[in-house]
Amino acid sequence: MAIKILIPTPLRPYTGKQSTAEVPGQTVGEALTNLVSQHPDLKRHLFGEDGKLRSYVNVYLNDDDIRYLAKEETPAKETDTITIVPSVAGGAGDDCWL
Amino acid sequence: MALVTENQTAALSNDEILRYSRHLIMPEVGMEGQLKLKQARVLCIGAGGLGSPLMLYLAAAGVGTLGLVDFDVVDFTNLQRQIAHGTSDVGRKKLDSAADSLREINPNVEVQKFDTHLSSANALELFRQFDIIADGTDNFPTRYLVNDACVLTGKPNVYGSIFRFEGQASVFATKEGPCYRCLYPEPPPPGLVPSCAEGGVLGILPGLLGVIQATETIKLILGAGEPLIGRLLLVDALGMRFRELKLRKNLDCPVCGANPTVTELIDYNQFCGIRGEEAPTTVTGIPEIQPEELKRRLAAGEDIYILDVREPHEYQICNIGGHLIPLGDLPKRVSELDSSREIVVHCKMGGRSAKAVDFLRQAGFTRVHNLAGGIQAWSDKVDPSIPKY
Repeated sequence: MAIKILIPTPLRPYTGKQSTAEVPGQTVGEALTNLVSQHPDLKRHLFGEDGKLRSYVNVYLNDDDIRYLAKEETPAKETDTITIVPSVAGGAGDDCWL
Repeated sequence: MALVTENQTAALSNDEILRYSRHLIMPEVGMEGQLKLKQARVLCIGAGGLGSPLMLYLAAAGVGTLGLVDFDVVDFTNLQRQIAHGTSDVGRKKLDSAADSLREINPNVEVQKFDTHLSSANALELFRQFDIIADGTDNFPTRYLVNDACVLTGKPNVYGSIFRFEGQASVFATKEGPCYRCLYPEPPPPGLVPSCAEGGVLGILPGLLGVIQATETIKLILGAGEPLIGRLLLVDALGMRFRELKLRKNLDCPVCGANPTVTELIDYNQFCGIRGEEAPTTVTGIPEIQPEELKRRLAAGEDIYILDVREPHEYQICNIGGHLIPLGDLPKRVSELDSSREIVVHCKMGGRSAKAVDFLRQAGFTRVHNLAGGIQAWSDKVDPSIPKY
């Protein structure tokens, strides 16, 4: 069973520039775990040291924030879309760090 | 006290009636709405990419008072998207340039210029003088400051944000709706913000998002339509897809929740973990070579291998003939390099190449140096024919 995950632009450098991924999973948490096992570089951007989703990364199942559903335990079906919405400061890279 | 002012402004001149006729003839605006616009006071934070289209349309629409907060000067790299400024404005204060553009579009608008960094010391007093705050900033500390100051002063925060070819918009901090912190309680740590290699923005994108912010601002003033309260609009300009996600007011929100812990403005640089002004090339312990020194040694015929760790699209803009391996590919392509040769690594400004030097030294390379200041310094100090970007 494959669930579609939409990868936002800021995270695409860690998914080999892929904008979407199809991953198996019964829950949102399982789907995300499978996503980061396909793309290990993505892991530290989504999950903290404690293995929990980082507080500045919002995950939506369809158009609902999973924080108000069952969080990572939220059941997901094949027709569902998971959207990762990281916080974006804006701007044009004039003051980037590297 | 307000009554007198309102009576004076609560009428349109014949010139204004002609100017706003396409508003006046539609019932959704009409004379009543146009007078609301005229009496409205909107504060635009930032006169850059988002702020330009936002303020230009608000002025054209007849918003009576526009406050602008900016401390920056117009730069050539701004002109690709910051349409309130023109080529002849380069070097001028953005506030002056923007005020001229607004005056040209609509001399009826009163422009109030605030030539300052928005800060915890001035935000509340400033926000109290306006009805609506439009956030066109480009950094996390100011985003959180604008949000918190909006919640504390009870002013709606018309939010827009952009990254490369994607944007977000919403209306935060209304009485009934969520605030920015309900969505993002904390900013990402500085180490995880995008680097130069991932920077840039499609010039039209702040245009799209800034116009969405202007639309929301005007709707709030008119009390018309369905504002973007409790909704996050996601714009993907490349796919030209607009999506919408539901936002909820977080009862545990530290600013707008039931028991707020943030009841006054805080130190937002500290909150966002900004570690002061960190020069890009000061990664400690990385051996450096100055551009002049590299030039002298190359001219003397010394065997120095130049490694360029920028991205291929940057290499196409300009290069000094180095071997191109983007920083992200270096681990898997390190075998292309000869550790017995002396290597000088460069990027645009010296930050990515410092990381590359650090990586190579750990991989056993001993004769490896970072070109101080990158290709930009090479252009400044050695070869001005190399363009800067």
